[in-house]
Amino acid sequence: MLRKIRIITAGIFFFLTTLLFLDFTGSFHLWFGWMAKVQLVPAILAVNVVAIIFLLLLTFIFGRLYCSVICPLGVFQDGISNVSGRRKGKKNRFRYSSPKSYLRYGVLALFVVSMLAGISVVVSALDPYASYGRMASGFLTPLYRWGNNLLALVAERIDSYAFYSVDVWMKSWIVFGVAVASLGIIAILAWRHGRTYCNTICPVGTLLGFISRFSIFKLHFELEKCNGCGLCARNCKSSCIDAKTKNIDYSRCVTCFNCVEKCKSGAIVYTSRKWGASKTPVDTVDVHHTSNTENDKDGMSRRSVLSLLGLLAFTNIVKSQQIKVDGGLATIEDKKIPDRKTPIVPPGALSAQNMKQHCTACQLCISGCPNGVLRPSSKLVTLMQPEMSYERGYCRPECVECSQVCPAGAIKPIDIAEKSAISIGLAVWIKDNCVVNTDEVQCNSCEYHCPTGAITLVDRDPGYSDSLKIPTVDKELCIGCGACENLCPARPFSAIYVEGNVRHHSI
Amino acid sequence: MENKGKKEISRRSFLKVLGAGSVAATAALYGCKSDNKVSAEGGTLGEVPTDKMTYRTTPTTGDKVSLLGYGCMRYPLRKNSKGEEEVDQDIVNELIDYAIAHGVNYFDTSPVYVRGWSEAATGIALSRHPRDKYFIATKLSNMNNNPNVRSYEGSLAMYKKSFSELKVDYIDYYLLHTVGNGGMETFENRYIDNKVLDFLLKEREAGRVRNLGFSFHGDIAVFDYLLASDIKWDFVQIQLNYVDWKHATGSNTNAEYLLTELEKKNIPAVIMEPLLGGRLSRVPSQALNIMKEIHPEDSAAQWAFRYAGTPESVLTVLSGMVYMEHLQENIRTYSPLIPLQKKEYEALDRVTEIMLNADYVQCTECQYCMPCPYGLDIPGVFGHYNRIVSAGNKLKSSKDENYKKARTAFLVGYDRSVPKLRQASHCIGCEICKPHCPQRIDIPTEMRRIDFYTEQLKQKIEF
Repeated sequence: MLRKIRIITAGIFFFLTTLLFLDFTGSFHLWFGWMAKVQLVPAILAVNVVAIIFLLLLTFIFGRLYCSVICPLGVFQDGISNVSGRRKGKKNRFRYSSPKSYLRYGVLALFVVSMLAGISVVVSALDPYASYGRMASGFLTPLYRWGNNLLALVAERIDSYAFYSVDVWMKSWIVFGVAVASLGIIAILAWRHGRTYCNTICPVGTLLGFISRFSIFKLHFELEKCNGCGLCARNCKSSCIDAKTKNIDYSRCVTCFNCVEKCKSGAIVYTSRKWGASKTPVDTVDVHHTSNTENDKDGMSRRSVLSLLGLLAFTNIVKSQQIKVDGGLATIEDKKIPDRKTPIVPPGALSAQNMKQHCTACQLCISGCPNGVLRPSSKLVTLMQPEMSYERGYCRPECVECSQVCPAGAIKPIDIAEKSAISIGLAVWIKDNCVVNTDEVQCNSCEYHCPTGAITLVDRDPGYSDSLKIPTVDKELCIGCGACENLCPARPFSAIYVEGNVRHHSI
Repeated sequence: MENKGKKEISRRSFLKVLGAGSVAATAALYGCKSDNKVSAEGGTLGEVPTDKMTYRTTPTTGDKVSLLGYGCMRYPLRKNSKGEEEVDQDIVNELIDYAIAHGVNYFDTSPVYVRGWSEAATGIALSRHPRDKYFIATKLSNMNNNPNVRSYEGSLAMYKKSFSELKVDYIDYYLLHTVGNGGMETFENRYIDNKVLDFLLKEREAGRVRNLGFSFHGDIAVFDYLLASDIKWDFVQIQLNYVDWKHATGSNTNAEYLLTELEKKNIPAVIMEPLLGGRLSRVPSQALNIMKEIHPEDSAAQWAFRYAGTPESVLTVLSGMVYMEHLQENIRTYSPLIPLQKKEYEALDRVTEIMLNADYVQCTECQYCMPCPYGLDIPGVFGHYNRIVSAGNKLKSSKDENYKKARTAFLVGYDRSVPKLRQASHCIGCEICKPHCPQRIDIPTEMRRIDFYTEQLKQKIEF
């Protein structure tokens, strides 16, 4: 019963959290955006005290339910492990192993130090929620959107506006590579050893493990009922039940209730500490059952290479999707990314520093950006964190999507009115690219589209009455939204582009 | 108990329906009811007559010209093996064969139509028929500012090329193209100063041009000047439809004036834009209702064609037909023409009122402005906008009842009909397109107006 409840709630959580990464309409997060906000690492980075206290209390009372239900990466591993366990002869494939304490605490220490020192790459690489986010947005988002586009095609045929098509494009090979690598490692570990990743690498697992040792409700052996069959240990995906000594390593137990279900004699019960405290033996380290990690790693790397190749082939399909070009029309060259001295981060991010410190690179904002503006950074210090560029669209005035979805406080919630006055960058004119100079035609695109009136046209050749006009930018009014850059007719490099502001300010 | 009863009834009624259905299906298959027709006839459906076409006779050459003229400016395209676009010659052949078989004999092309491919494609299709089965109309086009094209030699080259492309040794109807566009100055520069008109008059004497005329857009001074001059014009091509009759837009002149002046001189008129770029085939529903009340089976396009063909001084009415269905419908409309009656004219007056109150951009999608050097699909943007107006989805205020539906229809439909990079937001206001528009649309201003409307919807601004 407990197991069933766990599976159902975990399924719902997993499904809805995944949908957060797929939805591009922005309506879904209004209802379920909180599911990302209760993820532990983002909550810590956002200093979301309510969420942190809730999660710590939840763990203190019920054990590591977080890992079994809330964490999408945990549920994902259970899924893989479950499929693996359905194979012939693999019914009872787990066995007790001792905790890899050095590895666990080592990784946790590395994580904490990195967080304090602001080495965001390590933090984002280790955050389980962000790992899952990168996989979901890397693999599932394109599929979801293609599916949507197919429906849009059908809708168009029958003159319905129920679906509209959206762009699918490869935003970053680095993030995709990292997602492939984490999928490889995590999927293989889960396939072979259940929750090994959670109990040896994941810093969240280790952290919650400290608390779950002392949680009020725990699983206990009822020694008088136990017949010592060991079925519980062989079904424990956390490998934390030592059937011989009848010990459970509560720091690793994710309260999945599989053992309760499996035990034929009802010898394992989930009860409060008071009731079973006296019967709980002290944790012992069992040296007999250390698994052969060396061998595992070999198998893993070969397999992950194969899966990597498969996924690379798959992403080539993403790349080859080109824009449909009609004949009889001038060809339009694709825009190229200008070399920005300072990256642009979205309004609400406050500063490059704030973004770097809080972001776990979960890709939620990037998946949600409806204007094709956000994409992962490829610079080492801000690796995989979002930054902006305006070749595909610009930061439109009616959109505050990224600030609404961010669970980590890297992009603080803002409303549309606030956004219109936040300067995230400054437009810079490149004389030699401007069509006024290259084509000798009058163009007022940047001036016309500027939402704050920061661009004014002045005579290029003062003194001549028929002088063409060129744009000038008022630094005090420019908010860096990129409308001018995106709609500039100069290609491949726009004649006006935005340099980021290190710290945002209001105009 | 009660439930069980209901279930039985529903099963029984289901069987009953099934039985009735199969009886009806059998009846339909074997036609057991003699007064129940198998399919519709009349209106837009039914047989397409091959020998009932209405013909008009020219006063100068005595040609018997079919009232339906084939406009060769919108041929269907296909991709060739290299991935390049070309005219879909198979479909063009099929359409033209069908047109000739059903009595159409006037084919109107130009060296600039369909990106310059129209004459060759028309030539290929027509040369498969006896030369006396068709009349060819082509033009000395003038929308190029290139002095090499505008010179005597350039004009001669264009003229000669038409013969080879069309595979003919005489041209039945030769036109000075878009006379009036650019005013008197452009006209003199294009046809008088370089002695091109003198040359063409001599060609007419020599019989290589059987009828000489001009197509008119824009400045009425040029029209008046040409009619007043002592040159004998065999025909003139004008824009005529029930909206333009008294309400021509921009600097265009009312068709009523143009046709009356031509009738005074006994010059037959060739009619272009009978559908106003398709707008008269997609009228707002209240306008359509007026027409449907009188002829439930006739389409709005049929009304417009009957209107254009009714005046006896009209020689032929041009239609750029891309689809077989349109060709068939137009043939039916004119086989034979049933002239409009007083009651029908009155109905069209009311339709015109509705059309004038609607918020259309006056674009006929003629493509003369294309290609825009900055990649815009100008006719595409205007076409989408006009279709939204026709469908009653153009909002006057954000508080309109149908706001949500109309917003989706406009924005989603916009992305479907025009790629994002070719939409109004990318207009830079350079005005290069402006002089090319025969409807005198202030294209950049209209683009900005449409973009403004788009932004109002995208940003959900109240208006």
